[in-house]
Amino acid sequence: MAKIIHKEALNHTTDLIEIEAQEIAKNYQPGQFVIVRANQYAERIPLTVVKTTKKTITLIVQKVGYSTKEIGHLTIGDDVLDVVGPLGNAIEIHDIKHVLAVAGGVGAAPLYPQLYAYHQKGITITLVLGAKSDSYLILEDAFKAICDHIYITTDDGSKGLKGFVTDQIKALLDENTYDHAIAIGPLVMMKHVVALNKKHQLHTDVSLNPIMIDGTGMCGNCRVTIGNETYFACIDGPDFLGDNVDFDELIARQNYYQDEEHICRLKLVNEDE
Amino acid sequence: MHNQSPSKRIHNFDEVPLGYTKDQALLEASRCLDCKNPLCVPACPVAVQIPEFIKAIKEEDMEKGYKIIYQDNVLPSICGRVCPQEKQCEGACILGKKHSPIAIGALERYVGDFGLSSQQEITITDNHQKIAIVGSGPAGLSNAYSMRKLGYNVTIYEALHDFGGVLQYGIPEFRLPKAIVKQEIDKLKTLGVHFEKNSVIGKTITIDQLFNEKDNQAIFIGSGAGLPRALNVPGENFSGVYYANEFLTRVNLMKSNDFPHHTTPIKVGNNVAVIGGGNVAMDAARTAKRLGAKNVFILYRRDMTSLPARKEEISHAEEEGIDFRLLLNPVAFKGNNYIVNQVVCETMKLGEKDASGRHRPIGTKTYQTIDIDSAIVSIGQSPNPILSRTTKQLETDQWGRIVTHDYQTSIPGVFAGGDVVSGAATVILAMGAGKDASIYMNQYIQEKRS
Ligand SMILES: Cc1cc2nc3c(=O)[nH]c(=O)nc-3n(C[C@H](O)[C@H](O)[C@H](O)COP(=O)(O)OP(=O)(O)OC[C@H]3O[C@@H](n4cnc5c(N)ncnc54)[C@H](O)[C@@H]3O)c2cc1C
Ligand SMILES: Cc1cc2nc3c(=O)[nH]c(=O)nc-3n(C[C@H](O)[C@H](O)[C@H](O)COP(=O)(O)OP(=O)(O)OC[C@H]3O[C@@H](n4cnc5c(N)ncnc54)[C@H](O)[C@@H]3O)c2cc1C
Ligand code: SF4
Ligand code: SF4
Ligand code: FES
Repeated sequence: MAKIIHKEALNHTTDLIEIEAQEIAKNYQPGQFVIVRANQYAERIPLTVVKTTKKTITLIVQKVGYSTKEIGHLTIGDDVLDVVGPLGNAIEIHDIKHVLAVAGGVGAAPLYPQLYAYHQKGITITLVLGAKSDSYLILEDAFKAICDHIYITTDDGSKGLKGFVTDQIKALLDENTYDHAIAIGPLVMMKHVVALNKKHQLHTDVSLNPIMIDGTGMCGNCRVTIGNETYFACIDGPDFLGDNVDFDELIARQNYYQDEEHICRLKLVNEDE
Repeated sequence: MHNQSPSKRIHNFDEVPLGYTKDQALLEASRCLDCKNPLCVPACPVAVQIPEFIKAIKEEDMEKGYKIIYQDNVLPSICGRVCPQEKQCEGACILGKKHSPIAIGALERYVGDFGLSSQQEITITDNHQKIAIVGSGPAGLSNAYSMRKLGYNVTIYEALHDFGGVLQYGIPEFRLPKAIVKQEIDKLKTLGVHFEKNSVIGKTITIDQLFNEKDNQAIFIGSGAGLPRALNVPGENFSGVYYANEFLTRVNLMKSNDFPHHTTPIKVGNNVAVIGGGNVAMDAARTAKRLGAKNVFILYRRDMTSLPARKEEISHAEEEGIDFRLLLNPVAFKGNNYIVNQVVCETMKLGEKDASGRHRPIGTKTYQTIDIDSAIVSIGQSPNPILSRTTKQLETDQWGRIVTHDYQTSIPGVFAGGDVVSGAATVILAMGAGKDASIYMNQYIQEKRS
């Protein structure tokens, strides 16, 4: 069990929680995640570790469905039943001069520790931060402290450029060159960013978020096809070079339980009443 | 032994064999000849003193019977249920030559279940030396018992949120009730064995840290064979194509059969193809049936006599209407929008015997296509790679199995046994390894200290 010692709302759908997890914090490296089970009926869901202190880890949770909303219901002093990690591999920080980073929505959370690592190596960072609207943007101030250039895009134009991150990237790629790119966000976004960057001979690292259960390589739920090879995101990733990822297959795998997830959300509505 | 009727049991997850009543156990025990040179004993991988415990049943001293089994086997209620008895103890029983062999497994289950509720008095003198165990499967549990009995301060680290390894997440409730697994584990807790869940050794705590920061004198690795083997055919990553581990974990560990009360979903559809012919395939097929699938068929590339599963599971599967489609080898999955809807199989014929003594299946270049809603790939497991990837000095072979000499790995003080050393095998073999390794671990620690 792990106690929540701090919690704040980053926006109306996203919470930041800090929980006691000394052992996880000790061995943690940027890029790694934990698997969390809120209570004995809950799913096991993966969440990236955004920050650590000696005794705690910080997670940022976007409440998109039943399990994430259940975590949202927990408050300071409550225990999270199960937290296991740190899982997955540390990211590889490329030895380069200038990185183009792209975050979509809650993807900003897993991107933060990566960019922090790039920043510490003195690498120039250009960040494109995208969200549905102004009120969905997270970590803007934290990024300002470590990035050299930040461009914001919102779907509705409530802040920054009106449009998708790819609109902004197109403009940037016409004017500048970058040594490497990182994109983290919804699968569709990563798919389009990778395709666009490829046209400019720019390789893109992505952090993949398939459905997971154990996170230890045991079940095979998290498999992704890259080139013609199968990889398990939990033990081979979650970060991969995105150039040859079969995003369409992964999107289908992610949506496989859509109807069932809907049933779960109905349950939540009933419980809330 | 009586079973739950097939028409009823395909709608529930309750245990299928109902177990002996006392009268039935006494009657079966009375058939045992109490052989001078019992053939059954050497055929049991841990040499349970079979005639002795059966004699205790005849004397109606179940307590004594339990103690006799427990000397060699600390999980009798489990082994009585899941051992491949027809290949081991019962397969060798002299009575089997002419009539049916003694139902040793069923008797062991009877005595084991009796022992679950009885309190055992074992006196343990603490020697205040610590050892750590990686994984709470049968290998880890039996090593824990042996080391604890010698006085060690034992901690079992388990990656998942529940204990038991495959006994918990793999073998279904209708074959091995989880309440029994829990009771066996609680017994170890009463003996003072510590259990830590959510601890992935190699990640949460490294082997080095177990030695240097946690002050352990030796470590036993029983991390099992938890990495699904792939068919490596096109379409295998379509949605609806499960590996058996995922499918069974969703149900056994996450209780998705109780969805949405438990919130992990599962989906099978009407037509389910299970690929493989071992225990895992039978478990997956029978689970799919219980989840409401109308047609469940086993696709197996050899014939009926080559099926490696326990005999009892095969006949239970047949009774439950599982359709065995033999001499078929899947070569591709087809799908619509990345969701599987067909499996293409090559028809096989049997050729010469191979190294395993079974006839080698040979492709005939004729194919058939079967409509399916989901498929469950159950063709075996390899050792879980987390530990070997994160522990550089740990030597493994080309199949990822940890290499050992007298149970010791390439790292001094680190021992290993069970599926992670042998490759996917059986509960009783894993238990035997855990027990035998304790002898070498104890020796290692005592020599180091003197
Ligand atoms: C390595 C990794 C790191 C992640 N890091 C973060 C993070 O830092 N912050 C964050 O908000 N989200 C993160 N996610 C995504 C997060 O795990 C999902 O949003 C969450 O599981 C959704 O569960 P739900 O029940 O609330 O939603 P649901 O309604 O069940 O599903 C919503 C979406 O989440 C996906 N999903 C459902 N169950 C799982 C599961 N067990 N594992 C993974 N995805 C699932 C579904 O495919 C669906 O597209 C990460 C995912 C991975 C794989
Ligand atoms: C579906 C199925 C049905 C089976 N049916 C039968 C049967 O009827 N009869 C029979 O005799 N055998 C059967 N078997 C085989 C039998 O279950 C195994 O041989 C046996 O469980 C192996 O025991 P083990 O202790 O070596 O490993 P496991 O039981 O696999 O346990 C290993 C444990 O270690 C944990 N672990 C792994 N890595 C780490 C780590 N780094 N840190 C911490 N913990 C870790 C795992 O989570 C797991 O809990 C079946 C197997 C399966 C999958
Ligand atoms: S442990 Fe297994 S093989 Fe040995 S006697 Fe018991 S049931 Fe038979
Ligand atoms: S071989 Fe059969 S009859 Fe003889 S002791 Fe063993 S169980 Fe009894
Ligand atoms: S989550 Fe089970 S293998 Fe990756």
